Amino acid sequence: MAEQQQYRANLMVCAGTSCVSSESFKIKEVIEEELKKRELEKEIGVVLTGCSGLCAAGPVLTIYPDGIFYQKLKPEDIPYLVEEHLLKGRPVKRLMYKIPEKRAAIPTMMDIPFYKHQVLRVLRNKGLIDPEKIEEYIARDGYQAAAKALTQMTPEEIVKIVTDSGLRGRGGAGFPTGRKWELALKIEADEKYVVCNGDEGDPGAFMDRSVMEADPHAVIEGMIICAKATQSHHAYIYVRAEYPLAVKRLQIAIDQCYEAGLLGKDILGTGFDFDLDIYQGAGAFVCGEATALMRSIEGKRGMPRPKLWRSAVKGLWDKPTVLNNVETFANIPQIILNGADWYRSLGTVKSTGTKVFALTGAIRNVGLVEVPMDMTLRTIIYDIGGGMKKKGRKFKAVQLGGPSGGCIPEEFLDIPVTYEAIEKTGAIVGSGGMVAMDDSSCMVGVAKYFLDFTADESCGKCVPCRIGTRVMLDLLTDITEGRGKEGDIGTLEDLSHDIIATSLCGLGQSAPNPVLTTIRYFRDEYVSHIRDKWCRVGVCRDLATFYIDEKICKGCGICLKACPSKAIIGEKKKPHKIIQELCVHCRTCYEVCRFNTIKVLPAAARMANEAELMELAGQIEAWAGIEMEEVE
Amino acid sequence: MARLTIDDLKKIKEKQKAAFTLRQGGQRAKVTVHMGTCGIAAGARDVMTTVMDEIANANVEDVIVTTSGCAGLCSREPMITVEIVNEPPIKYCDLNATKVKEIFKEHIMGGKPVEKYALVLGSETTY
Repeated sequence: MAEQQQYRANLMVCAGTSCVSSESFKIKEVIEEELKKRELEKEIGVVLTGCSGLCAAGPVLTIYPDGIFYQKLKPEDIPYLVEEHLLKGRPVKRLMYKIPEKRAAIPTMMDIPFYKHQVLRVLRNKGLIDPEKIEEYIARDGYQAAAKALTQMTPEEIVKIVTDSGLRGRGGAGFPTGRKWELALKIEADEKYVVCNGDEGDPGAFMDRSVMEADPHAVIEGMIICAKATQSHHAYIYVRAEYPLAVKRLQIAIDQCYEAGLLGKDILGTGFDFDLDIYQGAGAFVCGEATALMRSIEGKRGMPRPKLWRSAVKGLWDKPTVLNNVETFANIPQIILNGADWYRSLGTVKSTGTKVFALTGAIRNVGLVEVPMDMTLRTIIYDIGGGMKKKGRKFKAVQLGGPSGGCIPEEFLDIPVTYEAIEKTGAIVGSGGMVAMDDSSCMVGVAKYFLDFTADESCGKCVPCRIGTRVMLDLLTDITEGRGKEGDIGTLEDLSHDIIATSLCGLGQSAPNPVLTTIRYFRDEYVSHIRDKWCRVGVCRDLATFYIDEKICKGCGICLKACPSKAIIGEKKKPHKIIQELCVHCRTCYEVCRFNTIKVLPAAARMANEAELMELAGQIEAWAGIEMEEVE
Repeated sequence: MARLTIDDLKKIKEKQKAAFTLRQGGQRAKVTVHMGTCGIAAGARDVMTTVMDEIANANVEDVIVTTSGCAGLCSREPMITVEIVNEPPIKYCDLNATKVKEIFKEHIMGGKPVEKYALVLGSETTY
């Protein structure tokens, strides 16, 4: 930005979809040429901007600081415009935009933070094209990259451009895609395979599903390019059967490709053969693991194998196999068309380009977002996500990377979402699930939830994962149900490290991450659960007593109506009360109260009579202020 | 579809581009119903049926309806994008059949965007 301020004028060229289709890129080129010719390039900046909303007048251009808006530009208008406006300072009236009489008071995309901060590369066609019509994909430069790769590039050139782009596997591990392809290309084999991993299993993640549903041809095109780069002629897309719409749209896309000669024999008349099939997975989480996925395609039980060799050397049916994630493949066509430098222009040196995140949880704007990899978590959560959904609730942690990832607390919100920075916090970028949690979440409960998932999904082949996760889950269950003992935190940590060190595959090696990160950042909650038998947010129902702070209660009656066991009594506009004998600790009152009236005390408080409870309530500040001792 | 050559790709692109921007497509309006899993779960099929019914009832032929994937803001689904020729597209959110009927009458037929249901003006950005 500092650089921009030195310019005496800035030209904002609209690069919204509509303007691009009316050749705003060409306009930008001509402007730059013209500026160079007149030696104005150091004085005047040219910037591409997002859609200005006036697509009908495109290509459009705004000149700042004057704020003059030019419309319906043609390349031949530019020399005159540059000379008159920028050199002589005389705005060109005939090209100026005429303000329509009335314009609706609807914000444009650049006015809304949700859209403003996003950069769409993988999702460039989302919501724009009909995914079931190949023509619409072609109209958006579809299959141009495949044509270029098939006719003008050698496999080595393709591998080089992908390597240079710095693209890393978007499935979670972040392995450099170019290196994987290079490995597969260099190996001599009678048959090689390309496999697309669409077995998205993380709770709260839906990036791949949305890409397959909204733009299936982008994935197919990426795979065709990969096939050329690695000299492979057969491929599978592994999609879970729980994604019926994705399967349907992919199948339609594949059928269209076969019909159009974009798959099968002699693609686009180039002599290159490539077959593509869908393989539907039955929804086992472990089948997202590379080796388990390949066994599953082979028709065997989906279980991982020891990684003595890479899949690129010996994968599916022991043939060299390139396995990439849906999002990785969807990035490829754009890289081939626009070049490695274009791709690297966003993100950091080691984490280039953009990443798609599925933003969910206690956040206002739930959705699918794509951001440059150097964007901070804070921008994603507060600007794009719009902050916490519930009024008065504060941000507590964001869970990244699903069951393999971890929880990142507020203090790290200013780190960028790069592979390196996220890894330092103990979490992983993962496939892109991002679950935001507010201060009403119990972090022990969150850890237990994810461990419950991984213990359930462990394939059982190796002992550390099969038994280790189960033992950890039992410990966590004890802690959340009031049977936690001193030393449990230490045992959990020891077990975690052992499971990580000795498990066979990524599932076990990452399963303890949610536990480790919550212990690391929210140790006081574990201590409170174990020592005080107190879940301070009332999620663990055995460790909570709910009562109403009569000083604050306005008697609005919302909790009274919501209580399923009719345990709340009170007259309108007078403080209400919870009858402890009837309370089932479901936490409904806590969630519906708008005045933060419902307080949570330790389980022991249930035994107290009313006077004692009130006294305890008076002490709640003191309780909360107790300094946390180590319980180990 | 016949087998494509590389030249065909360019031809299809040119032909479709026209339809995309409605400039030369001969249609006056285009309604895109966002039908990803999130949209469908929130009631996009209902929205789709309503739009079709309204078009049939009004007996108009210059309004086309198309489907597309998730528009990104899953918590505000069902969403539609309404494009009228020579006007910027407008995205509507949190829709149901009643709201769609109103949008059809006011915006698609009457040309006046329904501000209260509108989310944003403009199209997805590309860089």
